[in-house]
Amino acid sequence: MPANLSSRSLVRRGRSRLWSSGMSEFAAAEAAVQAAIDAGARYADARVMHRRHEVMSARNGDVDDVSQTSDSGLGVRALVGSGWGFFAVADLSDGTVRDAGRRSAEIAAASALVSRAESHLVPSEAVSGSWSSDCAIDPFDISLSVKGDMLVRATELMGEHGADLAEAMCQSWETRKWFVSSEGHRIDQHIRESGAGIMATAIGDGETQRRSYPANRGQYRTRGWEFVEELDIVGHAARVGSEARQLLSAPVCPSGETTLILGSEQLALQIHESVGHAIELDRILGWEAAYAGTSWLDLAQLGSLKFGSELMNITIDPTIPGALGSFGYDDEGTPATARDAVRNGIWVGVLAGRDSGALAGLDYGGSVRADGWARLPMVRMTNVGLEPGPHTFDEIVAATDDGIYMETNRSWSIDDRRLNFQFGAEVGYEVKNGHLGRLLRNPTYTGIGPQFWSSMDMLSSEITAWGTPNCGKGQPGQVGHTGHPAAPARFQNVRVGVRA
Amino acid sequence: MNAEQDLATSAVEQVSAVLGGAEVEASANRHRLSLTRFANSVIHQNVAEDVTTVRIQIHHEGRTASASASVVDASALAALIERVSAVVRVAPVDPAWGGLAAPAVPPVGPNEATEVAPDERAVVVRDFVDGAAGLETAGYCRTNVWNGAFANSAGQSVHGSAIEAGMSGIARTNGADGVARHAPLRIGDLDGTALGARAAAKARAAVDPMEMPAGRYEVVLEPTAVADILENLAVAGFNGKAVNEQRSFMRVGTDQFDRSITLVDDPLAIGSRFDTEGTARTRLTLVDRGTTVALTQDRRSAAEAGSNSTGHAFDSTFSWGPSARHLGMQPSGVEDEIATEVDGPMADSSVAALVAGVERGLLVTDFWYTRMLDPRTLAITGLTRNGVWLIENGQIMAPLRNFRFTQSYAQALMPGNVRAIGRTATPIPGDTYTATSPRWSCPAVHLASWNFTGGASG
Repeated sequence: MPANLSSRSLVRRGRSRLWSSGMSEFAAAEAAVQAAIDAGARYADARVMHRRHEVMSARNGDVDDVSQTSDSGLGVRALVGSGWGFFAVADLSDGTVRDAGRRSAEIAAASALVSRAESHLVPSEAVSGSWSSDCAIDPFDISLSVKGDMLVRATELMGEHGADLAEAMCQSWETRKWFVSSEGHRIDQHIRESGAGIMATAIGDGETQRRSYPANRGQYRTRGWEFVEELDIVGHAARVGSEARQLLSAPVCPSGETTLILGSEQLALQIHESVGHAIELDRILGWEAAYAGTSWLDLAQLGSLKFGSELMNITIDPTIPGALGSFGYDDEGTPATARDAVRNGIWVGVLAGRDSGALAGLDYGGSVRADGWARLPMVRMTNVGLEPGPHTFDEIVAATDDGIYMETNRSWSIDDRRLNFQFGAEVGYEVKNGHLGRLLRNPTYTGIGPQFWSSMDMLSSEITAWGTPNCGKGQPGQVGHTGHPAAPARFQNVRVGVRA
Repeated sequence: MNAEQDLATSAVEQVSAVLGGAEVEASANRHRLSLTRFANSVIHQNVAEDVTTVRIQIHHEGRTASASASVVDASALAALIERVSAVVRVAPVDPAWGGLAAPAVPPVGPNEATEVAPDERAVVVRDFVDGAAGLETAGYCRTNVWNGAFANSAGQSVHGSAIEAGMSGIARTNGADGVARHAPLRIGDLDGTALGARAAAKARAAVDPMEMPAGRYEVVLEPTAVADILENLAVAGFNGKAVNEQRSFMRVGTDQFDRSITLVDDPLAIGSRFDTEGTARTRLTLVDRGTTVALTQDRRSAAEAGSNSTGHAFDSTFSWGPSARHLGMQPSGVEDEIATEVDGPMADSSVAALVAGVERGLLVTDFWYTRMLDPRTLAITGLTRNGVWLIENGQIMAPLRNFRFTQSYAQALMPGNVRAIGRTATPIPGDTYTATSPRWSCPAVHLASWNFTGGASG
């Protein structure tokens, strides 16, 4: 409520701030949890979060956006019978957070009108802990002029080398959060994320062509500004602008079945869409059936189902240093732990939370996160990606007599069971007799998940941990940040060149 | 002066005191958003929030910066002002600044702001579950109450409120899904029982689907599918920024659509009377009987195009450009005509009337995961969902497996491809990523051709 405009000061005290009203973040969370329990909840947890986000973008030689957002607040979750209730407020004063706790229990009780048998939670040891992501250079310490100069220069170079529309962007996030549960968890985390990207669009007669670096949404990590410097977007700008222009006159990707080699960025999104979402336990249990969809995977086949070829080893690993899906604890207080999702082509693990894990008869959660304090924590990908293969990209190309190489995602679409997909890439190349050949425009490919993954016969060891900062899921909609280690790989008998 | 007006006005005054001569605008928005979600026929997620956000934009000495924050008191507002004032001093030069909105009184709209109790949403969900008569159900019931205010240093000061309600749910049986959606203004106008029954009827009629070969088919698209066409036209077609950048196919004054197509954006329908730049909104006709007559503009895109803002700025305007969020296709029937429920898989009598005119084609309930392949042709790939049926001689003959399609939406509504428009329009809720959901007013449409490029089944 904004009505009270009386001034209150904010003082830092250790890892938790202390408001002049006397409430630190931990104290506010504890008060909300206690109020929920007092109102009848059998379990409650609360997260206080402070978030900052800065985005700067440039277009055709000018900065066209500098925007900063910040928000702070508390979200409290209560379990009454089998029903969850959640309430969020921005005001961390004692009366408001206690009222939020009470209202979360009230909402949970309303859920009982259409309820099931009592829910259970996978046991979780009450943890007290702290965690911070690595950050050598705080991105919020870098001046806007430095950021602006970098972005403007990149767009100028793209324009000089053929782009009609040259765009560049950098983003940074800082998240501090404090978690308390009625079981005794007490955890604080500090996560900083940074990234950048450039995009060149060439406008032709009736169509556009686009080329990006490192990816069309940029590349992001749980790291500081040093990661943006490593990306060197200015150093790649001329090539990107030139390639966008070249694409306008390139031949169209042929239609038919062929051998397909994917670059690691495109394969990262392939993993995200056809593996990561498919192994989300809430989808498998039908909790997302009306919107995000379900999964073709059946829990009865966990441990035996052939998902792909023996080269396919996919892990769920939030402990990878610097990857975008890394954290110390998930938003239910479960410590970050690596586990297998697919081992030697066999499906062996899921992304789970404490309630979904218990319902499925599993003994683990650990993959629950929320998009800010005002959203209910839900099952999300962490870092879901491939382990390295035995080959190199050069070896894969050299071993291919006839095929197409595609890189950098341009479009993506997959059905609600995560089976049938169609992807478009920004650029394709013919592969003939072990060499990359002509540039191809509008490359697309389509397939069915397990058939596609079973056709993977070569996989590179050159792993990159790609970051996806725009994973949508849930209602109200939540945007998640996920990581996807991936390397170039080869697939057989893939249908390419689908057109309108 | 209410709390939101107090915040917006106070922000402008404080910034002006710090940065003399600066152009300043501020908006304060309080959302009481609640959403009750159900799956496997039980409520499994039930959430609510009460959040006020203040956004300030400053243009000072040729530089522009904006910032927003959740604000609960004077110190939070002061911190936001200090931050954005510091940023604008070092921000890069902004030659494309569109200026401030001049004082203008927005049109009068609904002015309700009554919060809805969780029990009321739970009752609608229970009715949907009961209406599905034993089929497994999933979906949501959502309400939002918005109170907002805007002020700028040019003297514009406006405030308002709006309400929304929406429901989207599926019923499932034997691997088949059916859907029903509705977005009236008030939760009292949500008939959970009727929506559950409609979804269940579709699901039952979709069991044991057969595979049809890919190819071009005549189609009847139900309002739930038409909503996707309207959303893509709004975001990538009429968007003034996309047109400025030559990424859109829209050309004002050109006959780009069939003469049966008239498209109108009507934010006033939910009470949204001004945009985030304080520009008064209107009921804006974008396509008049096939001719593109207007684009959506914010102040920045309008300045670049040499036109005027149409009141379509929103928080993400910089990134996405100004787009319509309450777009509707004019139905062919008389004003306020209401469709009736019908037996079988068709959504209502309006859809049934179109199906009766198809010799051989497909009835499509819904589109899913549509993504753009090329913005200039609005080439889209996606899948069908929640029920597809074969139509022969005006009759529903058999359920079909889902298809993947790759279709130019520009060509879908072009002259000659539109056989008929439904007599009634249904308000369909859009996505739920923002507190205020888009809302699409959609009749069913009968199209001569739609390009299905493959089967979706595994």
